[in-house]
Amino acid sequence: MKEKNEQTPRVYFDHNATTYMRKEIIELMMPYFGEKYGNPSSLHFFGQEGRAALDKARAQVAALIGADPEEILFTSGGTESDNLAIQGTVRKNRDRVKRPHIITSSIEHPAVLRTCQALEKEGSEVTYLPCDRQGIVDIRRLEEIIRPETVLVSLMLANNETGVIQPVEDAARITRKLGVPLHVDGIQGVGKIPVDVSALGVDMLSISPHKFYGPKGVGALYRKRGTGLAAVYSGGHHEVGLRPGTENVPAIVGFGEACRITALRLEQEMKQIGDLRDRLEKGIRERVEDILLNGAGKRRVPNTCCVTVRRIEGEALVLNLSVLGFAISSGSACASGESRPSHVLIAMGLDPVDAQSTLRISLGIGNTVGDVEAFLEVLPEVVQRLRKLSPI
Amino acid sequence: MEIVNAAFFDHFMDPRNVGVLEDPDGKGKGGDPSCGDWLVIMIKVREEVISDIRFQCRGCSAAIATSSVTTELAKGKSVAEAREITAEEIEKGVGGLPEEKKHCSLLGVTALNAALDDYLYGKGKKKA
Repeated sequence: MKEKNEQTPRVYFDHNATTYMRKEIIELMMPYFGEKYGNPSSLHFFGQEGRAALDKARAQVAALIGADPEEILFTSGGTESDNLAIQGTVRKNRDRVKRPHIITSSIEHPAVLRTCQALEKEGSEVTYLPCDRQGIVDIRRLEEIIRPETVLVSLMLANNETGVIQPVEDAARITRKLGVPLHVDGIQGVGKIPVDVSALGVDMLSISPHKFYGPKGVGALYRKRGTGLAAVYSGGHHEVGLRPGTENVPAIVGFGEACRITALRLEQEMKQIGDLRDRLEKGIRERVEDILLNGAGKRRVPNTCCVTVRRIEGEALVLNLSVLGFAISSGSACASGESRPSHVLIAMGLDPVDAQSTLRISLGIGNTVGDVEAFLEVLPEVVQRLRKLSPI
Repeated sequence: MEIVNAAFFDHFMDPRNVGVLEDPDGKGKGGDPSCGDWLVIMIKVREEVISDIRFQCRGCSAAIATSSVTTELAKGKSVAEAREITAEEIEKGVGGLPEEKKHCSLLGVTALNAALDDYLYGKGKKKA
């Protein structure tokens, strides 16, 4: 076993948790922390400078997903976007529907799941669609589940743990036919696959730029013109009154730039990452026995590999690899620290012990063939060490 | 979880007394294979003193590190002294644990006591 020393690499394989920021984005943001500090709501020239930056970024975000700038609401991040879409829809319908009904899935991110659970306690009803062994949400019964009280369907575009792309387009055909709005948590999809809101047919879409080399602490909710939504908290007139609060201008500028660059480079960069992921999975298959590559046969975002290394506890594997210079995650970063196995893997029908033995490796544009090869050198040794420790 | 101390990493990366004993005098288990953490401890006893001890563990980093500490604490102690080993002592041996990992140090106590029980009363009992 190699010891930690000066030679220890620093390889980041956890891009679904967050990414670094592109240097050119940081540079573009800097003046808005400094001399360009005006409040976009102010009428004077300081304010107008901020307003112009905001408008530009809004157009850039809209362009990435084929929306109109007026359809973009800036928020503090993906979690807030999900909350605004779900809670805001329920609020909007509160007077019309006594017991609002929401349909979502069992593999959503906690930002959606826990929001739905909180609304259940406040009198809403929620139906959780199951998923299959490959991690694809089963929407076959969606049409019959929708009823007059159904105010919203909320599904994710790509799962954060498996990367598996969900049948959002098919769901949209049904929701549009029945006149129910569809919210899509696009946080793990936008920036990794081409997304066009009209082609997808969604009514709302949550976006988070720190998953594609932009800043943290900022996000957006695309809201198709005419979609009923109420603000979740009270304040000023910002973001057409749906998201009060002075805008985080530097972060929004960075968000816009991240979208602009992504639109230009998505195809080429994702091809490159997809090739790396294939190399990684082929290597794992060849060098480590008794593993499962979850969702590998299905359409996935190109950067994510979800691998079950049986007979080892995922946390031990993650920490051991961290000591050796590789940053990966076991299950979702939000779920680790809790000893419960990932709800996504359980919903997929994995045995709970296997679910606890699962790693999420998520690649990024900064990763190289050398990183993957170095990881494939180390992984078998670590697996062997931990399996030798195990009585199972 | 935040674990930064050297003792913890030492026991996690280089655990002591790993493996099995041929013909052990006592064998005990802790944890539950169906919930993830699973520890087996085996002991050899000579003149009421634990002369050798081995463990195997499938569990998180804290389970592995605390199991290693447990075996170090027990080795060379009399059967009666080994009974007195507490979760707090084990936790101290890894330089403390974050709140959500404190239960891991109980795993060692459970398995060690089960091994002692097995030596005294169980099928492993032999050689007066």
